Amino acid sequence: MNEKAVIDFDNFTFKYRTQVDPTLHDINLKIYKGEKVLIVGPSGSGKSTLSNCINGLIPHIYTGEQQGDVRINGKSIRETSLFDLSCMVGTVLQDTDGQFIGLTVAEDIAFALENDCVAQDEMHARVDEIAGIVEVGKLLKSSPGELSGGQKQRVSMAGVMVRDVDILLFDEPLANLDPATGKRAISLIDKIHKQTDTTIVIIEHRLEDALFCDADRIILVEDGRISADMTPDELMSTDVLVRAGVREPLYVSALKAAGVELKPEDEAGQIDTLHVEKHAEEVRGWYHKQPHAQTRTYGKEVLGISHLSFAYDQNVTVLEDVNLSVRQGEMMAIVGKNGAGKTTLSNLICGFLTPDNGEIRLNGSDISGLSVKERGEHIGLVMQNPNQMISKAMIYDEVALGLQVRGVPEEEIKERVKKVLRICGLYPYRNWPISALSFGQKKRVTIAAILILEPEIMILDEPTAGQDYRHYTEIMEFVRDINEKAGTTLIMITHDMHLMLEYTNRAVVIADGHLLADSSPAAILTNDEISDKAYLKRTSLYDLSRACGIDDADGFTEAFINYERAHSRG
Amino acid sequence: MERKLLTYEEKDTWIDKLCGVTKLVFFLCWSVTSMMTYDTRILVLMLVLSLIIFKISRTRWDQVGSVFKFILLFLIINLLAIYLFSPAEGVKIYGTETVLAGSGRYALRAEQLFYEFNIMLKYFTVVPSIFIFIVTTNPSEFAASMNRVGISYKAGYSVAIALRYIPDIQADFRKIRNAQMARGIEMSKKGKLVDRIKSTTAIIFPLVFSSMGRIETISTAMELRSFGKHRKRTWYMARPLKRNDYLVIAVSVLFMIVALTITYMDGSRFYNPFV
Amino acid sequence: MKNNKFTIQQVVAAGIGTALFVVLTETQIPVVIVPNTALQVRAALLAFLSAVYGPVVGGIVGLLGHALGDAFFYGSVWWSWVVPDAVFGILVGLFVKQYKIREGGFGGKEIAIFNVIQIVANAIAWVLCAPVLDILIYAEPSNKVFGQGAVAFICNAIMIAVLGTLLCFAYSKIMTKTSSLQKEE
Repeated sequence: MNEKAVIDFDNFTFKYRTQVDPTLHDINLKIYKGEKVLIVGPSGSGKSTLSNCINGLIPHIYTGEQQGDVRINGKSIRETSLFDLSCMVGTVLQDTDGQFIGLTVAEDIAFALENDCVAQDEMHARVDEIAGIVEVGKLLKSSPGELSGGQKQRVSMAGVMVRDVDILLFDEPLANLDPATGKRAISLIDKIHKQTDTTIVIIEHRLEDALFCDADRIILVEDGRISADMTPDELMSTDVLVRAGVREPLYVSALKAAGVELKPEDEAGQIDTLHVEKHAEEVRGWYHKQPHAQTRTYGKEVLGISHLSFAYDQNVTVLEDVNLSVRQGEMMAIVGKNGAGKTTLSNLICGFLTPDNGEIRLNGSDISGLSVKERGEHIGLVMQNPNQMISKAMIYDEVALGLQVRGVPEEEIKERVKKVLRICGLYPYRNWPISALSFGQKKRVTIAAILILEPEIMILDEPTAGQDYRHYTEIMEFVRDINEKAGTTLIMITHDMHLMLEYTNRAVVIADGHLLADSSPAAILTNDEISDKAYLKRTSLYDLSRACGIDDADGFTEAFINYERAHSRG
Repeated sequence: MERKLLTYEEKDTWIDKLCGVTKLVFFLCWSVTSMMTYDTRILVLMLVLSLIIFKISRTRWDQVGSVFKFILLFLIINLLAIYLFSPAEGVKIYGTETVLAGSGRYALRAEQLFYEFNIMLKYFTVVPSIFIFIVTTNPSEFAASMNRVGISYKAGYSVAIALRYIPDIQADFRKIRNAQMARGIEMSKKGKLVDRIKSTTAIIFPLVFSSMGRIETISTAMELRSFGKHRKRTWYMARPLKRNDYLVIAVSVLFMIVALTITYMDGSRFYNPFV
Repeated sequence: MKNNKFTIQQVVAAGIGTALFVVLTETQIPVVIVPNTALQVRAALLAFLSAVYGPVVGGIVGLLGHALGDAFFYGSVWWSWVVPDAVFGILVGLFVKQYKIREGGFGGKEIAIFNVIQIVANAIAWVLCAPVLDILIYAEPSNKVFGQGAVAFICNAIMIAVLGTLLCFAYSKIMTKTSSLQKEE
């Protein structure tokens, strides 16, 4: 589109000081002014390193050996100070709390201006202006504790845009957001792109959600090299994503499953642009050939909840009259927007909070008399952030801890830890300190540490947050294995729609403290009204089936998921 | 089990509108005076004054009540301990001995009662000023105003970060403790000391080490937004000192000087009613 | 990171350290009947942070953490107990180079050095500083305050010897990032 490259990687190779092999190999990449580029790749592929080169953290904070050069606006990152680079590149980090430094929204937006010694009047005017663009104008006096994840992210955007940067760099902007909020974030990025002609670079592995608005190019990073650099439409007509372990949009996978050979001219980059007419016949034919899924039957009630209510104080009711019956062996999702009461429900089940009203039963008997520890022997809880569960330096010790405090003989512990580590794919790392593991690997350590106790029910809070497709699949297959072999009942608090569709048989929607729906995930994700209230997003499979003239979108969705399940498991 | 912390609450009194630094100066003068003096007359005057200011600031009882009860308990224990360790300390200080009841080491003496009454006054004069300081000072503005009294803006920002992240870390602490308890790690008060210390590691380690990770993230985020670029920085929330601020500062300093002069006029910090 | 001035990381460490110190104010194991003395988890935290980040961070966390913690939880600030914590943080922090925690070298010799220094620093802070200030400020009986100081000294020294050492050791292990890590089958 334009001739001037604002980001220019020139035969660039980089090796971190603490690692044996280079993380980036011989990268050549030009990004032009005003472009919107998506960088995708599995974890550990080097995409974060790539982003650290663009904002100058490499080489100014993270040191290492480099060959070749990276130029931002024609200036080498080596010869330009981090201060100067950060005036050109604004980075929105993944951690919405860590980068929210100010005590209030206004102060956080003004942070960079304060450091630039901008006068107070000018600062106030500028903050008001930018806050308006990212739609937080009414929240200027709010403290971070009063904001949702999506609002915090918008404040962070404002905090870097306030300097008139040329490039906006987003590091996994969707990782901590529910689907509806994520969709809004992507729209907002798109709006900023169109209004300001800023160059936008988004690093994300949730490709389907990131492609909600059009991108000029998608760059696929694999093993430290760029393995694809093409438009979304071109990329959808290849199979490089699947081979790299990055998930394709669901409608693309469904089309391919139906035998459709996508071409760039099908414009499959977004579902809205897709020319589906040509292929509708093929999809319909495929759908009618799919066998009806057998419904699995489950055992007796393992967890029962009746008329459960809870309020932090008299005025704020968090949960009201929730009724739920979970059967032995189920894999269930609890969904709903942040703050809807999902976490409160799990806190009540585990005994961290005491209900104001109602009853919780485990295997038919009331558990109100049981302590947290006693409940913990039946109900395992895996926290969302693995760093908040890990108390040991070594993987072995962490996984063994639960057995050690229960006085299991050391020999047996050894065997069981070994087994769990193998299943979790952590065995090759068994002698590593946990600190050397990636976020996703740490997550697996914490799941292993609970799984080793073999609880009857396991509550997983966002089990796959921050995981790429391969690790997501690995963990969820592993979790399902546990479910099938040990009969562990699994309750997952999540807003990952793929997870709901592929790995649960039932989804319970909580909105504003009420149980809004309790149905099959496919039914919920093809229902606009419920999806909206739960801050979910209607699945693209719905749109595909409608466009192909299949009325039973729910059935189509289930048919595709069953098909995929059968094929991915060989 | 978890008590409510004192927190700032926006109100519309003239005390609220003072700069943070003004209130800090007042608080420091007040504390110093209360620490130095043992002059009962001044302590009583300070107590009366602080109750008046407390009233003006419109601080509500439910904002500070639970904390106050705790102080009371602590104070009683401390007063009893002083009596236990040194039941005739008052005699040493005031130079006379007036036994009211009992005999021997633990006889009840008027001097001891008066001495401990003074200690109690000292506590009570400081408490309202802290309550007022915390509930009426906007933390953001406070961090900004520290820069003005010569404290480096970096140290000021440490204060801002501490205030910003206390609620987050408190929430983390609760979550971690719950999850570890559910995992079977007991936090009981029984068992050997070393074992008890070790069981706290299950909470402290994740809390401290995840916070260390947070230090990295926050540093990076601040680095990317040019913190420390110049020797100075401006503040979004800074407020200029107004007439009332100068007035309060002047009165606070004056009060301290006068009070301490009166206290030390007779060469002793104690007011002695016994001679 | 290049200069020895107050770096961004130290600014943040002082802030987050203070927040941690405040949050851990009430996490303590009561031992004796002497008022205001208990096994303070936050003492171990202060020793750890001072040993990792040095005297500036140690001093700020001790001073600010103790003052804010007291103010938020107890509505009063006992300066005679705040100052010793700051003194302790500075003293332990002064020898930051000896512990080699960030370099991943906190081993037998360093553990010994750390503990000798923490015990000496504790003695200066609690057996000397705190009682003297108590007498100067509150004119409390000397046998009471020296008794309290001695108990605080013993409690803190034990806490830091166990939990403080463990924290330093574990963190030092975390910081061991060498090129030698390779997968094993």
